[in-house]
Amino acid sequence: MYAQMIKTASNGVKSRDEMSPEERAFQDKIDNDIKIEPRDWMPDDYRKTLIRQIGQHAHSEVVGQLPEGNWITRAPTLERKMILLAKVQDEAGHGLYLYSAAETLGVTRDDMVEMLHAGRMKYSSIFNYPTLNWADIGAVGWLVDGAAIVNQVALQRTSYGPYSRAMIRICKEESFHARQGYHAIMKMAFGTPEQKRQAQDAVNRLWFPAIMMFGPNDSDSTHSEQSMAWKIKVKSNDELRQQFVDQTVPQIEYLGLDLPDPGIKWNQERGHYDFSDPDWSEFFNVIKGNGPCNVDRMNARVKAWEDGQWVRDGLMEHARKKAARKVAAE
Amino acid sequence: MAADTEKLLQFLLRTGDNTLVLSHRVSEWCGHSPILEEDIALANTALDLIGQAQMWLGYAAQVQGDGKSADDLAFLRDAWDFRNVLLCELPNGDFGRTLLRQFLFDAYQSVLMGRLIKSSDETVAGIAAKASKEVAYHVERSADTVVGLGDGTAESHKRMQVALDYLWPYVGEMFESDAVDTAMAEAGIAPDPASLRADFDALVGRVLAEATLTRPDSPFTHKGGRTGRMHTEHLGHMLANMQWLQRAYPGCEW
Amino acid sequence: MKNEWPLWEIFIRGQHGMSHRHVGSLHAPDAEMAIKNARDVYTRRNEGVSIWVVEARHIAATAPGDKGPLFEPSESKVYRHPTFFDIPEEVGHM
Repeated sequence: MYAQMIKTASNGVKSRDEMSPEERAFQDKIDNDIKIEPRDWMPDDYRKTLIRQIGQHAHSEVVGQLPEGNWITRAPTLERKMILLAKVQDEAGHGLYLYSAAETLGVTRDDMVEMLHAGRMKYSSIFNYPTLNWADIGAVGWLVDGAAIVNQVALQRTSYGPYSRAMIRICKEESFHARQGYHAIMKMAFGTPEQKRQAQDAVNRLWFPAIMMFGPNDSDSTHSEQSMAWKIKVKSNDELRQQFVDQTVPQIEYLGLDLPDPGIKWNQERGHYDFSDPDWSEFFNVIKGNGPCNVDRMNARVKAWEDGQWVRDGLMEHARKKAARKVAAE
Repeated sequence: MAADTEKLLQFLLRTGDNTLVLSHRVSEWCGHSPILEEDIALANTALDLIGQAQMWLGYAAQVQGDGKSADDLAFLRDAWDFRNVLLCELPNGDFGRTLLRQFLFDAYQSVLMGRLIKSSDETVAGIAAKASKEVAYHVERSADTVVGLGDGTAESHKRMQVALDYLWPYVGEMFESDAVDTAMAEAGIAPDPASLRADFDALVGRVLAEATLTRPDSPFTHKGGRTGRMHTEHLGHMLANMQWLQRAYPGCEW
Repeated sequence: MKNEWPLWEIFIRGQHGMSHRHVGSLHAPDAEMAIKNARDVYTRRNEGVSIWVVEARHIAATAPGDKGPLFEPSESKVYRHPTFFDIPEEVGHM
C-alpha cells in the first residue's frame, strides 16, 4: 500500500503478563476502540512504527504527484487538464495532512523529508512505474487510487487519532479520484481502436504493480502481528488485495478489455476471484531502488527541495524582519 | 465575418490566450514547488486560469460562429494564431521569476477586470465578474510573495532583482494599443490598454518598493505576441506538448 | 541551517454558521501567510467562510493524566440534562 513493508519496531507481541501497567492500560484502550491522542502515553515502539508508517504514507502522496504530473501539460482537453491538476493537487494536500499527523508524534516535516532524500525512509513501490500514455492517467486514478482507497478506508479505524482523522478527510476527498480515472479510461476503451489499444496497454502494465501495492503475501509478511494488535494495521495484505481484485475484475470486464492476468477466474467455492501471484522478485527489486523510475523520482524530489531552499529561507527571513519591525515600532 | 465581429474575436483571443498560456506555465510547477503549501496554492492559481481560459475562449468560439469549441481553439491553432502577450509564454525560470511574472500579470489583470465588469457586452462583463474575484486573491498572494522574497535574504533579494530585470521588457506589451483596442474602447466593450497603465504602475510601484526591488528604467518593450506577428521560440514547444494528443489522434473524444 | 517554517493550527467556520472547528495544520512563515495557505489548502472544496490560525506552540492544553479529575466529576451531574426530568405529556412541548 502507500505504506508497505513497514518494519514494526518491536520484538514481538507481548502477552498481558509481560506488559507494564502503562502498556496494559494502553492496550486496553486500543482493544476498546478508544483513540490514542498525541499527548497520551504510548510505547516508544508504537510511536516509532507510526512515524515510519505515516511518514511513508505521506512521502508516497508527494512522490505520487510525479507520475500523474507527467501528463498535466499534455492533457487532451481543458476539462481533463483541470481534473488532473485538481487531482494531483489533492495528492499534495494529502501528503500535507499526513505529515501533520506524523508531526504530532514529535518529528518535523523537514526531518522526514531529509530522511526520504537520504534513502532512510521509503515511499510506495507503485510510483516507480512510468506513465507512458494518456490511458495510464485513467488507470492510475482507477487502479492505483482504487487500491489505495481499499486500504485507506480500513485505516480510518486506526488507533492513532490524528492518523485516523487524516484518513477520514483523505477518503472523503479521494472519492472522486477513482471515478475520474475510470471515466477517463472508459472514454478510451469505448473510443477509437487506437484509444482502446492505449487503454489495454495501461491495464496490462499497471495491473500487477497495483496488486503489489498491498505488500507481500501474509505468509511472507513479517511484523504484521504487532501492528495488528496496535490497530495501526487493520486488515491483512491478502484480505485487502482480494477485496481489490473482487471489486476491480468486473470493472475491467465492463470496459470490454482483456483481463491482464490469465489466472483471473471466479471461484464459486470461495466466493472470490482467483488470480495469479505477481512476480515478487520484481517487487523486492523496486523496493530496493531498481524500479524503472526510482532514480528519476528521487532526483526530481531532491531537486525541488534544494531549488526551493532559498525561497523557504527568504520568506522566513522576511517574516522575522517584519516581526522585528513591528516590535521596534511599538 | 463583419469587421467589428472580427475585432471582438481578436480581443477575446488575446484575453483568453493570456490565461491559457499562463495556466500552462503555472501548472508545470505541480509536484516541483519549494514546499507543499506553495505547490497547492500554485495549482489553485493554475486551475483558476484554465477556468478563465475556458470562458474567454468559449465566448471567442461562439463569436467565431463556425461551431468550434474552446478546446478547438486551445488545441488546434498553431502558434501564429495565438494572441497572448509574450510575458505569459516565457519559461518559468526559478520560483522567484514565476511568482514575479505572476504578480505582474495579476496586477494587469486586476486593473483590466475591474474595467471589464462594466463592459457594454454582457457576456464579457459576466466573465469578468467571475474572474475578478479570483484575480483579487491571486494578486494579493503573488504580491505578498514578491515582497517576502524581495525583502528576505540577500540571496532571495538578488534573485528577485534578476527576475525583475529579465521580465521588465515584457511588461510594456500589455499596454500596447492598436485598431482592435480602439474599436473595443469605442464600443464600450473593453478599455484602451494604455488607459490601464497608471493604475498598474501605482500598484506595482507600491509592491516593488515594499519588496526593496528597483524597477528598471529602460522603456524598451518586446512585442509581437498580442498581434501574433512574432512569438518567442518557447510558445511552439509549449504547444507541441499541449496539443500533442489532439494532433496525434484527431477527432477522438477524451 | 535548520530554518523550518513554524507549524500553525487551522480553524475554519463552515458554511452553516457553526463555530470554527479545528481542521488540521500547515506550515507558514507568519500569520498572514498561514491564513492564505489555509485558504489554499483547507478550503479547496468550498468548505469555509472564515479562517482562524494559531501558531501551534501557543496552544495550551489539558494534560492527559488530568482527564479523571477534570472531566469525570461532571458525569454524575445528571440533573443538568433535560431528560432527567419527567414532564407529563399533557403539559405539551417543553
